[in-house]
Amino acid sequence: MPRAKVNGVEIEFEGGMTVLQVAELAGEEIPRFCYHERLSIAGNCRMCLVEVRPGPPKPQASCALPAADGQEILTNSPMVQKARQGVMEFLLINHPLDCPICDQGGECDLQDQSIGYGRDETRYGENKRAVEEKQMGPLIKTVMTRCIQCTRCVRFITEVAGVPDIGLISRGEDVEITTYLGKAVASELSANVIDLCPVGALTSKPYAFNARPWELTKTQSVDVMDALGSAIRIDARGPAVLRILPRTNDAVNEEWISDKTRYACDGLARQRLDRPMVRQDGKLKPATWAEAFAAVAARIKAASPDRIGVIAGDLQDAESMKVALDLFRSLGVASLDCRQDGLTLGQGPRESWLFNSTIEGLEQADVILLVGANPRLEAPVLNARIRKLWLAGKTRIGVIGERADLTYGYDHLGAGPSSIAGLRDDGSDFAAALKAARRPAIIIGQGALTRPDSAAVLAAIAALGAAVGVVREGWNGWNVLHTAAARVAGLDLGFIPAAGGLNAAEMTARGALDVLVLLGADEIDLTGTDAFVVYLGTHGDAGAHRADVILPGAAYTEKNGLYANTEGRVQRGERAVFPKGEAKEDWSILRALSDHLGARLPYDTLEQLRSALFADHPTFGQIDYAPGSTPAALDLAGLGVAGAVAPTPFGSPVKVFHLTNPIARASVTMAECAAVASGLKLAAE
Amino acid sequence: MVGILEDKDRIFTNLYGLHDWGLEGARARGVWNGTTEMLAQTPEWICDQIKASGLRGRGGAGFATGLKWTFMPRQLSERPHYLVVNADESEPGTCKDREIMRNDPHRLIEGCLVASYAIRAHDCFIYIRGEYVFERERLEAALIEAAAARLIGKDNVHGWDCNIRVTHGGGAYICGDEMALLESLEGKKGQPRLKPPFPAGAGVYGCPTTVNNVESIAVTPEILRRGAEWFVGFGRPKNSGTKLMSASGHVNRPCVVEEAMSIPLRQLIDDHFGGVRGGWGNLKAVIPGGSSVRMIPAEEAEVALMDFDDLAARKSGLGTAAMIVMDKDCDIVAAIARLSYFYKHESCGQCTPCREGTGWMWRIMERMVTGEAEPKEIDMLLDVASQVEGHTICGLGDAAAWPIQGLFRHFRPEIEQRIANYRSRRANVPGVTLIAAE
Repeated sequence: MPRAKVNGVEIEFEGGMTVLQVAELAGEEIPRFCYHERLSIAGNCRMCLVEVRPGPPKPQASCALPAADGQEILTNSPMVQKARQGVMEFLLINHPLDCPICDQGGECDLQDQSIGYGRDETRYGENKRAVEEKQMGPLIKTVMTRCIQCTRCVRFITEVAGVPDIGLISRGEDVEITTYLGKAVASELSANVIDLCPVGALTSKPYAFNARPWELTKTQSVDVMDALGSAIRIDARGPAVLRILPRTNDAVNEEWISDKTRYACDGLARQRLDRPMVRQDGKLKPATWAEAFAAVAARIKAASPDRIGVIAGDLQDAESMKVALDLFRSLGVASLDCRQDGLTLGQGPRESWLFNSTIEGLEQADVILLVGANPRLEAPVLNARIRKLWLAGKTRIGVIGERADLTYGYDHLGAGPSSIAGLRDDGSDFAAALKAARRPAIIIGQGALTRPDSAAVLAAIAALGAAVGVVREGWNGWNVLHTAAARVAGLDLGFIPAAGGLNAAEMTARGALDVLVLLGADEIDLTGTDAFVVYLGTHGDAGAHRADVILPGAAYTEKNGLYANTEGRVQRGERAVFPKGEAKEDWSILRALSDHLGARLPYDTLEQLRSALFADHPTFGQIDYAPGSTPAALDLAGLGVAGAVAPTPFGSPVKVFHLTNPIARASVTMAECAAVASGLKLAAE
Repeated sequence: MVGILEDKDRIFTNLYGLHDWGLEGARARGVWNGTTEMLAQTPEWICDQIKASGLRGRGGAGFATGLKWTFMPRQLSERPHYLVVNADESEPGTCKDREIMRNDPHRLIEGCLVASYAIRAHDCFIYIRGEYVFERERLEAALIEAAAARLIGKDNVHGWDCNIRVTHGGGAYICGDEMALLESLEGKKGQPRLKPPFPAGAGVYGCPTTVNNVESIAVTPEILRRGAEWFVGFGRPKNSGTKLMSASGHVNRPCVVEEAMSIPLRQLIDDHFGGVRGGWGNLKAVIPGGSSVRMIPAEEAEVALMDFDDLAARKSGLGTAAMIVMDKDCDIVAAIARLSYFYKHESCGQCTPCREGTGWMWRIMERMVTGEAEPKEIDMLLDVASQVEGHTICGLGDAAAWPIQGLFRHFRPEIEQRIANYRSRRANVPGVTLIAAE
């Protein structure tokens, strides 16, 4: 391994590293603005200058300079100090220095680094430059006078998000970051530029002037807006969740999150169910917990078990589903389902419903086939990763389904299920590539698995997968892309109808049940059911409107819970704030109900519940572990039922990206985003 | 005799457009003569000859041309090689390449073929300045002639396929920087790329590329024809050859002339440019190489030689050898302030020191012109210039700092006097009370 000296300390480094990385390896902090690990190198802020020997007698930008064997790197020599102080002065001469009214204050790179390299007084007596504000949509607030032209936002939007909506125009001291025509940034990942901006030029519009970072309680948790389980940090002050930021998790979200993950949080304060309610004379009336439980217990006791059904929603934690499962199974209820959308999967081996290659492992795939999936809407962060593979030029991508703008190029191989079987021997270029692939991956979206003919579609995909060797020694490219955060945990728990039980669609049919219990289930049509509906959930959404009794539960920021993402990776969500009003954590509501039903469950604390969960379902005990890393053999032949497929084209289950769950639907920000995205509203309004 | 160089040793024999610029005329002047024999040699031989001739890049930096060519990979890979000719001549005061393209385009085209062969390239781009519309038309007409005569292009008589294309720039000074030129050539915004990688490793479209000035390319066939020794015969060691030199400003006959390197600056002005306006004694200062070098005052100009090393020793530079001559009538501070405005205007805005520093320097310079500036601002201006110099991605930051540094190096007392005069004429100078209050 090559060796270099950093400030006199010799260190070994890997070939191909830059001087900046080598210096960091040696524990030296290099100030930077434009450099970012996950973006291309621009080298334009000139803050990371270091002295390198042998080399020219002037400081070098360490972010872009490859380190060489035997190099001597000086990061704190007088020349370097002088150079950095000069750059800092230049950055500040046209910066408004309005830190007291800037939302970036307290988490601003320019502020922090000016402590180390700034002058104590200004030498600049001219007028400062003023830059016009730019419109970037409902999420990004701009104060462009503060901009230091590092172009991180431009690089993120063009490289990672894959839309050409932000750019740098003009030249010299007139350069401006702009959206050209003032249109909103048309990306599901747009708000990440707020985190990337090292100064206060791009800040969060919904969070503007809300809080200072040092006032916030920070809680590390996971996201439930899609099935990826992105790592997030929940920032709360008192009872209010003020913002959500990404955490770095290379295995899942790198360091990006979608706009929905970030900004649905204002929905946590609106439309909330904060007290139990019981329907009397056709109207929901506030009640005490005891009254609500009594009403529910009376109905459940009166009904025969085959006339009771339970549907779990998309945001449920594993614990509450486990409690519901234990409680209602013990009552002899067979009709339990966690698949509101009628997903075909659930029987068979666990691998059949997982994203087996894992999200990080997908980077090894050489050919990816998307069937009935639109990852841009269903999992934007995953879509950015597929784009990264495509940009690297080593992965070929094919799509059977909607011809959508996925931000990368792909072969469109057909719109509907008939193209799946056809692909096997149509002699096309892509079919040959798929057959020849060393690590082929098929990503199966919910659009393919929630149709009336899904069993046949699944069989066709499995047959194609078997033919091209999607599952082979050391590789499992059978990837189911879920859209619901709770779905994999539900399937892992066996939250599906037992023998003789009804599925979700059958349960909501007229006359099917006497009592229907909804665990936060809002994505299902309830107009048909005439059962007594018990709704345990957080928001006044579809389920609550139809409910006869409302048991107010806790949202994902208000409870400790386990979630299994689409890879089967079990992650821990942490409580950041307490449930609203009289609401309780979901598991404890069900546990209390069990008392009223005379079927007391054997756990009194979350720890006891988790012990039972881990004992019954060992996969949940493996926190942060994705089984894909040790691929088990998956017999594709057993999946689905061979049969005729309908000619209907695939469609994504996500029709409006910003409004897919009750929290997002309660969010004003998301409503605005949806309006802008649909063209009903202009960003400049 | 006028000057040093004899007519028989001139390379650019149609510099003034007195003869036919076309193929017939060029052939009569010896262009395309013996090209086949040159290309019968190995590329290494050509590189060695150019190295032996001591030809240094004529664009301003003075990097050895032969050495640059040897940086190209010796083995062809799947990535093609490219030759890029930098005809984006935008340096203030400089118009030497213009004369070549106007009046002797075939010399450039022949050079492109030879240089392409030397670096094993089959494609050559000539990136021509946006304002050079007439020159582009001439060059394109000459290319059509050459292609029709099968001198270049596919299956030409010389046996080395060479496709030459002219690309027209948008008229930005920064695109004269080789890295910005490559970006612009690829259709992107003209902002310099970072080095490394150098063009010989990854240039146009990521392929090995050599970027040379028009004059450097145009003289190579003649060097090969006459032999390296002939070229070495002019000028001092390491500064050999002949060079197009020109003067603008306060000389009696501004023009472009080919002269031997290391000619005394005074002889050049007196013999070719008709002397300084009002006589040598009226000379104040000379910026010897375009605008992007430090100026030298009259007493140094008296003894300076027009070559790289002598002028570098005087803390100036040969640059493009297009001198700007300023006599004692010239408001030298205003002249440098105008140059500062030019650099502020032409900064691409990519990197911080240049983007912010050029504007700041220009604004201070404007106040220096009137004398409104404060005396302490002189040191501050020099400090700002030193913060820009050497800290930028490309050379524009240096080029913006050097004229100012040169001005204060030689004429600082004059500016201090100007500030004092301004103050003495006014009872209340803005800032005076402020200083008192501090």
